[in-house]
Amino acid sequence: MSREFPPALVEGIARLAGRYPAKQAALLPVLHLVQNELGHITMDDERSVAGILGIPAMSVHEVVSFYSMFRRAPIGRYHLQVCTNVSCALAGGGRLVEHLKSKLGIKLGETTPDGKFTLTGVECLGACEQAPCLMVNFDYHGNLDSAGLDALLEGLP
Amino acid sequence: MMSGAAVLTKNFDRTDLFRIDTYLETGGYAALRKALTGMTPAAVAAEVKAASLRGRGGAGFPAGTKWGFVPQAAGTPRYLCVNADEGEPGTFKDRFILAHTPHLMIEGIILTCYAVGIETAYVYIRGEYEMIARRLEAALEEARARGFLGPNILGTDFSAEIHVHRGAGSYICGEETALLESLEGKRGLPRLKPPFPASVGLFGRPTVINNVETLANVPGIVQNGAAWFLDQGRPKDGGTRLFCVSGPVVRPGIYELPVGAPLRELIFTHAGGLKDGKTLKAVIPGGLSAPLLKAGEIDVPLSTEGIAAAGSMLGSAGVIVIDETTRIIDLLVLVAKFYSHESCGQCTPCRIGTAWINKIVGRISAGSGRPADLDEILRLAENIKGRTLCPLGDAAALPILAIVRKFRAELEQGMK
Repeated sequence: MSREFPPALVEGIARLAGRYPAKQAALLPVLHLVQNELGHITMDDERSVAGILGIPAMSVHEVVSFYSMFRRAPIGRYHLQVCTNVSCALAGGGRLVEHLKSKLGIKLGETTPDGKFTLTGVECLGACEQAPCLMVNFDYHGNLDSAGLDALLEGLP
Repeated sequence: MMSGAAVLTKNFDRTDLFRIDTYLETGGYAALRKALTGMTPAAVAAEVKAASLRGRGGAGFPAGTKWGFVPQAAGTPRYLCVNADEGEPGTFKDRFILAHTPHLMIEGIILTCYAVGIETAYVYIRGEYEMIARRLEAALEEARARGFLGPNILGTDFSAEIHVHRGAGSYICGEETALLESLEGKRGLPRLKPPFPASVGLFGRPTVINNVETLANVPGIVQNGAAWFLDQGRPKDGGTRLFCVSGPVVRPGIYELPVGAPLRELIFTHAGGLKDGKTLKAVIPGGLSAPLLKAGEIDVPLSTEGIAAAGSMLGSAGVIVIDETTRIIDLLVLVAKFYSHESCGQCTPCRIGTAWINKIVGRISAGSGRPADLDEILRLAENIKGRTLCPLGDAAALPILAIVRKFRAELEQGMK
């Protein structure tokens, strides 16, 4: 689906590119900016970014497909990323995943039909002292059990 | 947060230490002023070298020696890349520094730039630390406004700039050459060494890569001297370390202790021992890549050499405690899955080996394993070890070898 980048986004990309001696170096920050503004990154967006930075579209595609944080499809309003690595697993992270799956009626990687929640299992988030932990969009929440998780989700509009 | 020796964390009772005014009140930026008004760059570098400041990111290489590898004759530009990727499972100390005292790291960066003749630094921060990256941007803005960062710092002819660069979810990008590739806007595929980054690094230029905690130690060394720093730790391993304790202990968290403090004391005194009266089964002493130690093997000092002598590594000081209720196969499943997922795929032994091990471990976990499977895992891991471009191969092989060798009897229980 083709979509035009708003002028503010194009300006933001140019500003980021100015931080580096080679424009391609701005690619990760630029893709974060595009994703934050537009929700996800389409093939057309990849071509637009390539055009603005003056690099091959393939160079953009390689990067989008390598890094786990770049999304190529829309997600829900709240992205629940649950840590499944060792420290969280030792503290019941697996039970959190199972609880969320049954509560939301979706599997890992899926979005609820109302578009409110997307559930993802992720590797260590660097907050092991709060195990088990998860991120809701960019915010960390830790020391969660099923009841705490329910309260957290109910507090989200 | 509790401390047995507060150096990096000494003003952490000030909850607004992240603001520059508070940082200045507690003596912040005095080291930078001291260096810029009374020390040559070579004198700063010599002090850090004499302090035996080992890298806090995982490899434990002496920072002063690393700086010395930058060929001054190659001219400018040179770059400093700050490794704030913190992806090693069980590690969360850099997040602590960045959230509580970003100016300590910023001051360390500027001092390092001064010592090595660098004008541009990039802080490569893991993508998930978005909120912390924003706080760091705000701190940089404060430093610029006060004349500590930017052109003509403190009225001298020394200039330096720092940019924040967010990663996007990739464990391998914590490896220094993968980090450089990622900073250049590419996939995080590690480079063949040599050439080493000190001579051919970011954009093909001489580059220093240091961890957040490593740099946060530089202001203290410049301010108080190498002898003071060595006094905090061990003769070839100075200072304190921020130990990250996670797992079923009474008080998980960050503990700043002198290098060489006893591992047992960290777990049983500072972290309060195991929860609910459970018994210790094993400890992973330096992030998930570090081979685990059995309960009977933890009477070791927390220094680079001390943990190495016990057959493991201090790594990133991420200490994961495992109690008797954890089945070792469940741990092996998590380790095998993680490395199989994070292998970048560039080197065949790592790409195929980690995937194969993951498959076999899954079979054992499902109840259809045989003792010969364990030999196969050992054979595969031995074939990854030492046969890859970057340390991820060893990081996968070594913990798996340790788990299978040390807990073979438990893994064989119930096998046919």
